[in-house]
Amino acid sequence: MSLVNQSLTELAAGLAAREFSSAELTQAYLARIAARGPALNAFVTVAHESALADAQAADHALKRGDGGALTGLPLVHKDIFCTAGLRTTCGSRMLDQFVAPYDATVVAKLKDAGTVLLGKTNMDEFAMGSSSETSYYGAVKNPWNLALVPGGSSGGSAAAVAARLSPVATGTDTGGSIRQPAALCGVTGLKPTYGRVSRYGMIAFASSLDQAGVIATSAADVALLLKAMAGFDPRDSTSVDTPVPDYPALLGESIAGLRIGIVKEFFDKGLDADNARRIEEAISLYTRLGATLQEVSLPNLPLSVPTYYVVAPAECSSNLARFDGVRFGHRCAKPRDLQDLYRRSRGEGFGAEVKRRIMTGTYVLSAGYYDAYYLKAQRVRQLIAKDFADAFSQVELLVAPTTPTPAFPIGAKMADPITMYLNDIYTIGANLAGLPAISIPCGFVQGLPVGLQLVGPHFAEERILNAAHAYQLESAWHREIPQGYA
Amino acid sequence: MSATTWETVIGLEIHAQLSTRSKIFSGAATSYGARPNVNASLVDLGYPGVLPVLNGDVVRMAVKLGLAIGATIAGTSIFARKNYFYPDLPKGYQISQYELPIVAKGSLDIVLEDGTHKRIGITRAHLEEDAGKSLHEGLPGVTGIDLNRAGTPLIEIVSEPEMRSAKEAVAYMKKVHTLVRYLEICDGNMQEGSFRCDANVSVRPLGAKEFGTRAEIKNLNSFRYVEKAILYEATRQVDLIESGGRVVQETRLYDANKDETRSMRTKEEANDYRYFPDPDLLPVVLTSAFIDKIRADLPELPDEKAARFATDYALSSYDAGVLTASRELAAYYEEVARQVPGEPKLAANWVMGELSAALNKEGLEIAASRLSAQALAQLLGRIADGTISGKIAKEVFEAMWASGKDADAIIAEKGLRQITDSSAIERVIDEVMAKNPVQLADYRSGKDKLFGFFVGQVMKATGGKANPAELNKLLKTKLSG
Repeated sequence: MSLVNQSLTELAAGLAAREFSSAELTQAYLARIAARGPALNAFVTVAHESALADAQAADHALKRGDGGALTGLPLVHKDIFCTAGLRTTCGSRMLDQFVAPYDATVVAKLKDAGTVLLGKTNMDEFAMGSSSETSYYGAVKNPWNLALVPGGSSGGSAAAVAARLSPVATGTDTGGSIRQPAALCGVTGLKPTYGRVSRYGMIAFASSLDQAGVIATSAADVALLLKAMAGFDPRDSTSVDTPVPDYPALLGESIAGLRIGIVKEFFDKGLDADNARRIEEAISLYTRLGATLQEVSLPNLPLSVPTYYVVAPAECSSNLARFDGVRFGHRCAKPRDLQDLYRRSRGEGFGAEVKRRIMTGTYVLSAGYYDAYYLKAQRVRQLIAKDFADAFSQVELLVAPTTPTPAFPIGAKMADPITMYLNDIYTIGANLAGLPAISIPCGFVQGLPVGLQLVGPHFAEERILNAAHAYQLESAWHREIPQGYA
Repeated sequence: MSATTWETVIGLEIHAQLSTRSKIFSGAATSYGARPNVNASLVDLGYPGVLPVLNGDVVRMAVKLGLAIGATIAGTSIFARKNYFYPDLPKGYQISQYELPIVAKGSLDIVLEDGTHKRIGITRAHLEEDAGKSLHEGLPGVTGIDLNRAGTPLIEIVSEPEMRSAKEAVAYMKKVHTLVRYLEICDGNMQEGSFRCDANVSVRPLGAKEFGTRAEIKNLNSFRYVEKAILYEATRQVDLIESGGRVVQETRLYDANKDETRSMRTKEEANDYRYFPDPDLLPVVLTSAFIDKIRADLPELPDEKAARFATDYALSSYDAGVLTASRELAAYYEEVARQVPGEPKLAANWVMGELSAALNKEGLEIAASRLSAQALAQLLGRIADGTISGKIAKEVFEAMWASGKDADAIIAEKGLRQITDSSAIERVIDEVMAKNPVQLADYRSGKDKLFGFFVGQVMKATGGKANPAELNKLLKTKLSG
């Protein structure tokens, strides 16, 4: 079996047994990225040299016997995480030349764990998009069909893992940006509870919704990486000081008796009929494993998309104000005066979708509109969070589709932002409520992967991972590799 | 002349820099005068991905202030973003408090010129970060940005529009200035901008219920400027109205060189700050135990101290007010008074008189006094025990100030010990009488005024060292023959 087709867990075992070295593993992945990466456009930066150096350091550590669970394992970061010395673009011309002087906490933790960074993955500009088409570096392609989008905004990470260009990737999820591309690329993606993973060093899109997570080929691999990423960070006031469970060790428990809720509102007319069948099949597998089903209602959930598209742009309009051409990032040539510096630096540096959201956000926060939009959206957000809390007083886990349809053609939805935004209709609720949620592969529709979403109460990552793992022990969808990448 | 009598209405927004070691949301130092951008961390620079973390000392200081002005301390307060673009504002927003400030509804009493007290309401006090500053000097054609000050913690203390003259505004500002230094939450240094204010000024016919349209005068950093700017602005508004014009709501700047205020921007040009709660910071939730602990640790406040001084030391309320203007001065006075028992008024006179004059002459704070409380107490002790007269004491004080030697050393060195031995004084009186037979005869024939002449002659002969009381008594007896 080729090195690059093994799971992270298998690679960890192989490294520990000295079947291969981290340098060999890293070289294998770098070679594969060089050969297969360009057609997918999954990477903004490939870190050839530093990756090999990291691998050698890892091999020394392994030889000395002071390696950890992740020492020597390769990974990729979404290009939204700041990496000291390696450029961080956030998929934007604004940061085309930006090299952060520091590592994001997630980056530092995984570096300390001995991982090898292969590169930085392409993404929607500033994580604003559901198709990875808004990147300054061009659209990412779906390895299942290069004419289709991989989903977004963590499309580069999802495509890279699906194409086995990396065994695992980090991503960020503000409205579905990990789960939706994981679903469209046939891989496993977890958005942890808001506050579970530090946001420090993750370039902010919408601070109250952004959360870092993992994309891998299985729930077990997600568990392995999450354990090293999660935890309180004194540099992020919104990170939560609660112990990090040993996620990998908690997998494998029986799910007999698990009370699963089926959210009525998720199975609406917008859900593709074939997609719905795959979800129903997955649900019946859960019943075979002993889970009990109960229909629950989240009455305010249909309001989640409009709520999100007030809250997220509002926060982004403020978060992106720092990109003004004064201290870092793109600066226009020969500014005439301060206004000109601002207008042209931002006008040239940001793409159309980012500008649209900055303008929307500026509008909803403006005097005279704040109450009608921002304040109202915050109230609805509380109602949605309460709906979830009520549901979790009855059941332990919710199952849902991740997306209404499988992957769609590149360019198909770019002209109509509303259609694009509706792609996140099933994922946004978890962000608004701060809940952990995972997407796992649950079958195919016309040769394209479909994702099943599991949503849990706050800090129930181990329950979600265990339920996903139980499914993956009984199914092989997550082992499917896109044709030509096996 | 107009028949209308105008009343000035003033509210102040005081910005006091909190004296923490590090900034409000980053670990960078707050020290003044460093090279540009040396004290600016990635957080202060607003780098992509960085996050603010609230400095707990800032919260404790705000609570201290709130308790000292009898305000309500918010159980939950929140930080908000005030959004606007400016080169010295790295994030494109200032983190401040908007809805739910940490301190609300307090007050302070000021003393008016006629000695009556007036209570000034304090609407709120909220925490915020300072911006950086733009540099133009020595940078032809470009603007430099120094972000050392960015992220420095400020507390903005907003009064009700309850002051009715420039003098009241200054009295209130001084009161706040005294208070923040008592609480040790602000160094009060106005030259360095640690304590400054914006004044909202409007005028209305005396007796009117409605407020006039106000102008906000920005960034006044001395008591004198506050007074002059308000006086100028009130006059400008009255002149404008009386000549048929209308005051417009605007922000104005005071130019100290020209002693005038100038329009900076009108209401129409004002920014829409798009305030919203900062999602990077959690609400500040304070328990009553936390607040009670701070209350228990509060120092004696200026008004309490002044009242105690008036009672314990039998001082006038004016003297008590002057001596309690700063914690250091009050402590100095108390130490002197303690070491010279039974002479609190003497101690007060000297601290407020000779000592203050000497300090003022050299522009020194009490903490930098060349005379310790112990040294001054020794000197006053020598007045009290009759070793020297008050007049000689002034000479000794000057020598002490100049040389740093103690009072006893100087008295001994210069032989200034007062003559209290009556036979010695009598001998001098006899000599003086013998030398001045004409004056003696005149005195005895009824020219009482010549008594002073004889006092002067004796003092001159003794080098001022004759004990005045003893001299008076002996001289009266001798002269009357």
